[in-house]
Amino acid sequence: MTSLTINGKPVEFSGDPDMPLLWFLRDIQGLTGTKFGCGVAQCGACTVHVNDQPRRACVTPIRTLEGAEVTTIEGASGNVVDAVRAAWIALEVPQCGYCQSGQIMSAVNLLTEIPKPSDEDIDLAMNGNICRCCTYHRIRAAVHDASRRMEG
Amino acid sequence: MTIAVNTSRRQFLKGSAAAGLIIGLQLPMGARGSAAAAAGPFVPNAFLRIAPDSTVTVVCKHIEFGQGPYTGIATILADEIDADWSQIRVVSAPADVEKYKNFAFGAQGTGGSTAMANSWDQMRNAGAEARARLIAAAADLWGEDAKSITIEKGVVESPSGKSAKFGELVARAQQITLPGPFKPKDPSEWRLIGKDVPRVDTPSKTDGSARFTIDVKLPDMLTCLVAHPSRFGAKVRSFDAADALAVPGVKEVFAVPQGVAVLAEGFWPAKKGRDALKIDWDEAGTETRSSADLIRDYLERSKTVGDIARNEGDAEKSLAGAAKVIDATYTFPYLAHAPMEPNDCVIRRTEDGGAELLFGSQLQTVDQNVAAHVLGLKPEQVKIETLLAGGSFGRRATPTGDMAAEAAEVLKGAKHTGPIKVIWTREDDIKGGRYRPVFVHRVRGGLDADGNIVAWDQVIVGQSFMKGTLFEEHMVKNGVDQTMVEGASTLPYQIPNLRVSAHTAEVGVPTLWWRSVGSTHTGYATEVFLDQLADTAGIDPLDLRRKLLVKHPRHLAVLERAAEAAGWGEPMEKGKARGLAVHSSFNSFVAHVVEVSAGPDGMPKIERVVCAADCGTAINPDVIKAQLEGGMGYGLSAALFGAIDLENGRITQSNFDDHRVLRINEMPPIEVHIIGSTEKPTGIGEPGVPTIAPALANAWARLTGERVNALPFSRSVGKA
Repeated sequence: MTSLTINGKPVEFSGDPDMPLLWFLRDIQGLTGTKFGCGVAQCGACTVHVNDQPRRACVTPIRTLEGAEVTTIEGASGNVVDAVRAAWIALEVPQCGYCQSGQIMSAVNLLTEIPKPSDEDIDLAMNGNICRCCTYHRIRAAVHDASRRMEG
Repeated sequence: MTIAVNTSRRQFLKGSAAAGLIIGLQLPMGARGSAAAAAGPFVPNAFLRIAPDSTVTVVCKHIEFGQGPYTGIATILADEIDADWSQIRVVSAPADVEKYKNFAFGAQGTGGSTAMANSWDQMRNAGAEARARLIAAAADLWGEDAKSITIEKGVVESPSGKSAKFGELVARAQQITLPGPFKPKDPSEWRLIGKDVPRVDTPSKTDGSARFTIDVKLPDMLTCLVAHPSRFGAKVRSFDAADALAVPGVKEVFAVPQGVAVLAEGFWPAKKGRDALKIDWDEAGTETRSSADLIRDYLERSKTVGDIARNEGDAEKSLAGAAKVIDATYTFPYLAHAPMEPNDCVIRRTEDGGAELLFGSQLQTVDQNVAAHVLGLKPEQVKIETLLAGGSFGRRATPTGDMAAEAAEVLKGAKHTGPIKVIWTREDDIKGGRYRPVFVHRVRGGLDADGNIVAWDQVIVGQSFMKGTLFEEHMVKNGVDQTMVEGASTLPYQIPNLRVSAHTAEVGVPTLWWRSVGSTHTGYATEVFLDQLADTAGIDPLDLRRKLLVKHPRHLAVLERAAEAAGWGEPMEKGKARGLAVHSSFNSFVAHVVEVSAGPDGMPKIERVVCAADCGTAINPDVIKAQLEGGMGYGLSAALFGAIDLENGRITQSNFDDHRVLRINEMPPIEVHIIGSTEKPTGIGEPGVPTIAPALANAWARLTGERVNALPFSRSVGKA
């Protein structure tokens, strides 16, 4: 039995303790905003926050999450999240959109830790998130835009 | 799915959560007039319905996987009826080839960058009809002259001051029949076309609510993973499912023609079950060669002339008499599409004895027929709801409806009677075939004593993915698959003796169109070779192209625009160089200028990219820019790192750890210039891909003297 909190809601799980958080979220909790892209922590589509740190849900066994606080794209909220979403919409970042939940969760973490990131900071924080539509150009611009929105 | 457009994003977010997601979409496409109850919608045609609450629902016949047709199609229709953008909703069309065929194929489907091009006249006419009937309804209601009635942001108005929202007119409009043809608006009257209208799908793609196939949840649904063979076409001889069935949550294990299906309560038990299978594969007759064997064979074949795709003058004779002959060979590896959402499909039996597939169907007519064939149904008994897809780049359109076939086989073989979601893992995707084929090009060029190009002879060797399919009749001419040679057989340069030929190789590896198809390799070989000829003749590459493109003003215009914006000819900082390339694909024209330096790892570092494009009327310039930015990145990813290797018939790579793709730190700054045009819209999803790689190679050659004739760069640079 593992007890944890997802988007502020306490949940318990007594199934396979090896099940990755990704499939617990998607198949059991019905939270499908977090995406499957590789299963081996290479693409970042499954990025969520665990105790306010970015984590690849596809390689995080549920048994390691006793007492953890998990936030997914559906539950993400606050000033930074609002700024990131507003920037993503204003700059029309998404194309197919499949990776964008993960991109946004990574960007939120970056801007929480570094409110005014440099291009190098963005490269370091975001290079674990693959986008095959290659929206990277706009992701970079949107992170800077979100940073400005957070100030104002 | 239904996508609402709303200028108020907050309202949209609230609305979409409340409305939920619609499953099993039914479109009330009843016969004109007869189906209109008093409170019913106005359904002028298969592409529009206007509800009594004034919402305008656009039925999009093209799949949305990022390239923007939901927004583009809706823009054309909304403009034609002068709707307010906030009234617009978009749904995907059901599988119905009569109503929703793509005029480029004669089947319902999306590809070849045709979504806007083939819909343009159809949507303008569909909108014009709706507009005429709304106005006729108002004229009838008010007893006024239809000619005096106007529409402004979804409000129908008369000079006498009467006004009505669409909803007030729908019942009357539905009863009115008018003889066509209906005249679309003059371009001077456009209000949305040509503007950066907000994409209809963006908000739902920032909060996790956009619904893809992998997100579909239906009552009593099981998840299925299929164990596929490691050699293409191998068959299951026998399997031991005992350990798989012992995994809690695994429900059924059975063989299908594609492999062994594991049905379970969710992905994780299905994956554990699949991992626990023991399968004996019959590999008789499967491909056992390696990429290196293929390339060796292709190089040999490239020394002789193939089936003729184009022949002007006498290239052989001209080469024999040329003052100088350049001879170059180019090799291209297999490439995986690797869309972010691997293949998947939800399938279920319907109460009327038919079946329904919910997935990112890219060729609905093919998928519908294939699923019907497997299940012993008539095509019309198979419904398809086309969902948003997490990219494709060609992968979701297969001439044999691969994913629909696999899902149908699983449904047919299962004891489970409820819905089944078949999911491919990334390993299934990377190892699963349907690659851009390996190609070898041999190009010989002849220069006369004055440095003029007098001869060009290009031999292309590779697999055809058109031969043996339903597309063969249209796509194979004189034995040559046109998609193998396009871009070379259509070379725009004025060269008096020009021959392009092709050898078709038979290899047991399934291949497929990959974003920009033949131009993925012909664009490279032709533009890199032309630069080598320019170098040999001592002419600036831009000047040479100017000279050879006098009869091709649209090629020249994009080239000039990109060159000017990039400062072509202006001095460069030490350690940097520029390169350029121009190419036409899918009736559009794109040029790239690249600035490159040598990175610390010895690989090229792309400092800046300038792109210019002409795709006819720019329906939504920002969507076009996004496609050109992304297309550049997609092409650059393949140029730098892209390769799938066959080793004794098995694929070496498996996931993003050993199949490297472009990441944000490798994405160069890019600026995009769109040439203003009044021509009809042409392709934009693919044309941004072909020129980035040759522009980079040409810049790299100028910087280092090293010509990269084998892609990807990561395997060639510093090793010549």
